[in-house]
Amino acid sequence: MRVGILCSRVRVEEKLLFDAFEALGIAAERLDEREIAARVGRYQPEVDVLLERSVSTSAGLVAVQLFEAGGIPTINSYATSSVCADKIRTSLALAVAGVPQPETEIAFSPEAALESIERLGYPVVMKPPTGSWGRLLARINDRDAAEAIIEHKETLGGVNHHIYYLQEYVAKPGRDIRAFVIGTDAICAIYRNSPHWITNTARGGQAANCPITDDIADICARAARAVSGGQGGVLAIDLLEAPDRGLLVCEVNHTMEFRNSIAPTGVNIPERVAQYTLAVAGERV
Amino acid sequence: MVRCECVECGGDVQVPGDAMQGEILTCPDCGVELEVTSLNPVQVELAPMVMEDWGE
Repeated sequence: MRVGILCSRVRVEEKLLFDAFEALGIAAERLDEREIAARVGRYQPEVDVLLERSVSTSAGLVAVQLFEAGGIPTINSYATSSVCADKIRTSLALAVAGVPQPETEIAFSPEAALESIERLGYPVVMKPPTGSWGRLLARINDRDAAEAIIEHKETLGGVNHHIYYLQEYVAKPGRDIRAFVIGTDAICAIYRNSPHWITNTARGGQAANCPITDDIADICARAARAVSGGQGGVLAIDLLEAPDRGLLVCEVNHTMEFRNSIAPTGVNIPERVAQYTLAVAGERV
Repeated sequence: MVRCECVECGGDVQVPGDAMQGEILTCPDCGVELEVTSLNPVQVELAPMVMEDWGE
């Protein structure tokens, strides 16, 4: 079995994944997308399965398409990755599947965005449709802030920032939950505790073990199926604990980081990812 | 442990024995991020700056 791991930047996670495959008797090959120049229609990667771990979302999405076009199964699939990489598509997929999520509106102009914000009620969270690590999120507490942020995005942002993704602010209890899903099974989860409303560990959130309850397992399975056409994948699902509605899916990540979650959960996440990758390849090769 | 020179400040950078090509090191002198571009011989270059689409 020839396993390729697509990554230009080798983070702690990628080193752990290479080690996990090695422990399973597989010498995974590092594939750097910066070295790929593919002839469309003739690209034949010399691996049996690809684990996409590029730090660049756009490069990862294109690479996965090239590999799939060459008949190589990828983790995650392009269909799944492209939904997860786009918060609008994620929200739409969750809505179609009836998975609980914060009230969300999409607006296409500054005027429409202001209407959406006033309709959702302050505070409102504005996010770029694509983005990660908690960057460029805004909690808008009043109309003055709304007008200022919209003007900044219109003036300084690229076209991607002129589509407005707006969500109700959920008064979570000083934490959110990140659940790690393999296939459609939540294998472990962490609380991300932070006094700041942005709880990403990339922004200083502290990880602590979160036991997998029946509710967490159920909503994760439903969300994983919703973004993947039913097959699931290797996913990190962020959950909010809404005081009045229970768990809500905030977002689904398709190239998750997990370095801070192995110790608190006691679960060997890279090993589970490697096993899943081999299982998917075994099904198709 | 192998040593190499920071391409930014000339400082002394230690490269772990288990380093991989593509791994990021931080220069202890100037703090710049360096990408290991070769292991034999060990070579480093300035790591790419974080882009808007980077993440998980």
